[in-house]
Amino acid sequence: MCVSVEGKEILNGINLEIKAGEVHAIMGPNGSGKSTLANVLAGKDGYEITAGEVTYMGEDLLVQAPEDRARKGIFLSFQYPVEIPGVPMVSFLKTAVNEHRKFRGDKPLSAGEFLKLMREKKKLVELDTELTNRSVNEGFSGGEKKKNEIFQMALLEPKLSILDETDSGLDIDALKIVAHGVNALKSPETSTIVVTHYQRLLDYIVPDRVHVLYKGRIVRSAGKELALELEEKGYDWIKKDNANQP
Amino acid sequence: MMENQDNILHEVTQSDYKYGFYTDIETEVIEKGLNEQVVRTIWEKKGEPDFMLEFRLNAYRKWLKMEMPDWAYLKIPPIDFQAISYYAAPRKKPKYESLDEVDPELLDTFNKLGIPLEEQKHLSGVAVDAVIDSVSVKTTFKETLAEKGIIFCSFSEALKDHPDLVKKYISMAVPVGDNYFAALNSAVFSDGSFCYIPKGVRCPMELSTYFRINAANTGQFERTLIVADEDSYVSYLEGCTAPMRDENQLHAAVVEIIAMDRAEVKYSTVQNWYPGDKEGRGGIFNFVTKRGICRGESSKISWTQVETGSAITWKYPSCILLGNNSVGEFYSVALTNHHQQADTGTKMIHIGKNSRSTIVSKGISAGVSDNSYRGLVKIMPGAANCRNFSQCDSLLMGDKCGAHTFPYIEVGNSSSIVEHEATTSKIGEDQIFYCNQRGISTEDAIGMIVNGYAREVLNKLPMEFAVEAQKLLAISLEGSVG
Repeated sequence: MCVSVEGKEILNGINLEIKAGEVHAIMGPNGSGKSTLANVLAGKDGYEITAGEVTYMGEDLLVQAPEDRARKGIFLSFQYPVEIPGVPMVSFLKTAVNEHRKFRGDKPLSAGEFLKLMREKKKLVELDTELTNRSVNEGFSGGEKKKNEIFQMALLEPKLSILDETDSGLDIDALKIVAHGVNALKSPETSTIVVTHYQRLLDYIVPDRVHVLYKGRIVRSAGKELALELEEKGYDWIKKDNANQP
Repeated sequence: MMENQDNILHEVTQSDYKYGFYTDIETEVIEKGLNEQVVRTIWEKKGEPDFMLEFRLNAYRKWLKMEMPDWAYLKIPPIDFQAISYYAAPRKKPKYESLDEVDPELLDTFNKLGIPLEEQKHLSGVAVDAVIDSVSVKTTFKETLAEKGIIFCSFSEALKDHPDLVKKYISMAVPVGDNYFAALNSAVFSDGSFCYIPKGVRCPMELSTYFRINAANTGQFERTLIVADEDSYVSYLEGCTAPMRDENQLHAAVVEIIAMDRAEVKYSTVQNWYPGDKEGRGGIFNFVTKRGICRGESSKISWTQVETGSAITWKYPSCILLGNNSVGEFYSVALTNHHQQADTGTKMIHIGKNSRSTIVSKGISAGVSDNSYRGLVKIMPGAANCRNFSQCDSLLMGDKCGAHTFPYIEVGNSSSIVEHEATTSKIGEDQIFYCNQRGISTEDAIGMIVNGYAREVLNKLPMEFAVEAQKLLAISLEGSVG
C-alpha cells in the first residue's frame, strides 16, 4: 500500500498480514509513518491512497466510510484523544455503543442497561467514575485520556484494535493498567496493532510480530525479540542499513 | 480535505422545514395598506376600549415620523408596508368556549405542530394560548389558573375583562415610540397573550403561547404582556412556525415583562419561523422588541432563546434593572444556515444598586449565512456595585458564512465590575473523525457537537422544550457542516 498527503508520499510499500488472535507491534523513529498507517486504516480524511489495497475480513476496507469501519470492528485508540466540549462522555458512549448494536441488528441498550455495562467496563481500566460525567476528554489528564480510550475499546469490543502510541504520556502505573486492560480484551478472535516508539509497552503487551517502519516502508519484521534489539541498539542501525532508501 | 468536509456539511444541512404546510381555513383579511382608517378598523373589529384607539393612533403617528433602522448588520430588502394586510383572522367564531366549537381544521393544524389543545391530552400541564394569524383561538387551563388568581388569556380578552390592568402596564417596558417596529406593532397589533400573576403566587404550570402565521400576504403583529406582582413566579414559553412561501412575510411582535419586588419571570423562546429556502427565497422577516423591566427590588427576569428560523432576525431581548439587587439574564443560541441573517443580542441597563446580569450568547453560522451578536451593557453612574458577565461564542461551519460580535459596554461608576469573554471556533474535523471512529455518522456527530456547544443555554430551557430545541438544532443544520 502507498499513501500520500498533499502530494508527499508518506507510506510507500507496506505489506502486512494480521491474523485473528495476533498482536503486531509497529515500531519506528519519529516521522516514519506509524500514525499515518493507523489513521489510514481507520479511514481518516486527507490521505490519498496512491496504490495498493487493504482487505479486512474479506472486504475492501478503503472504500468504506470511517463509521462503517468502526461498526465492523475497527477501533483506533487515538494518540491525542479529541475534546468535545458540552457533550457528556456518557451520552457520547451510549450513542457509540448503540450505533454498533444497530449495525449488528441488536436492540439499543436502555439507559439502565448501558450504565450497568459501563460500571462493569470501568473496573477494567480503573477509570475514575466521575470522569464519565464530564464532557468528552475535557479536563482529562494525559493518563486519563489514554485510560479512557481503552475503556471505550472495552465497551465497543472491536475485532481489530489499533493502539496509536497509547503508552505516550503514561506513568508506569497507568501503563500497567492500560496494558492489563488490553490483555484482558484479547481473545482468539481479536487482533491488535500496537504502534509505539518504545519497547516498554511491549513488556506488558507481548507481540507475536514486531515490524520496524522507516521512511514509510517496513524494513524489518521479526518476533518479539526484535523489540529488545531495538531498545538496546536504538534506531540508528536501522537508519544506516536503509540509508540508500529514498 | 476542506472541500470534502464542506461537501459533507452541505449534505447534512439540506433538510426541509417540516412545519411548512398551509391550512385551508376561511380567513378574513382586511384590505392591504396602512393608514389611520386601517388603525381605526382594527380597533373597531376588536371592540377595544377607547384608550386603545388613542394608544394606537399615537403609535401610528409616531411611526409615520420614524425611519426603518439601518444600523444592524443585515441586508434588508425594501419592505412595502402598503403591500401588507394588517389584520387576518380565521373567519369562524373568533374565540371558542369549548373545544367542540373549534374548527377541526384548526385543531388539526395545532396537532400537526405538536400542540394539542385538548387539555386532557396535554402531557405535562403546560397551559397554551394558541394564536393563528392575528387571533388567539384557544387558551387552555384557564379555569385551573383562575383558582390561583392567575390571569392568562388572549390580549383581546384582557382588554375586555381587565382593561385597567392592561392600561396600567402596557408600554411600561416598551414605550410606543421606542423604535420603528415597536411603534408599528403598537399601532396595528391584533392579539397576543396577557398574563398576570398576583402577589405571592407561584404559577403551578408553564404558560405558553404558540404563534402560527397561516394566511398569505399578511403581517403578524402580536403583543405579549406579562406582569409578575410581588413575590410571584412564572415560567413562560413561546413557540412559532409558519408555512413555506416564496415571498417574505413580516413579523413584528412586542413582548413586555414587568417584574415587581422579588418577582421572577423566566421567558423561553424557540423561534422556528420559516427561514426561506436554500436559495434564500421567502422566509419570515422577524423584527421583534422584547424587553423586561425589573421594577421591584430583588426581582429577576431571565430570557432564554433558541433562534433557528426566519430569513432575517432582528431581536434584542433586554432587561432594565431598575430595582436594587435585581437580576437580568440572557441565554441565547442563534443558528443561521443557507442565506439566513441574524442580528441578535441583548441590552442590560443597570439602574438599581447591586444589580447583576449574565449574558451567554452562542452563535452558530453555516451555509452562506451571517450571524451577529450585538449587546449593550450599561451601568448608570448611580448604580453602585453592579456585576455583569458576558460570554459570546461563535461557531463557524464551512468557509462561506460569517460571525460578528458587536459588544457595547458603558460603565458609569468605579464600584461595578464588567467581564466580557468571546471565542470563535470552527467545528473541528478532528472532532467529527473521533465520532466517526466510534461508529457515529457525520450527521449525528455534527448534531452532537453543536448541541454540546449550546448545552449551557439549552440547559436553561424547560425540559420538554430542551429536547425539542436539540432536535431542531440538528435538523436546522442538516446539509451544512465544514
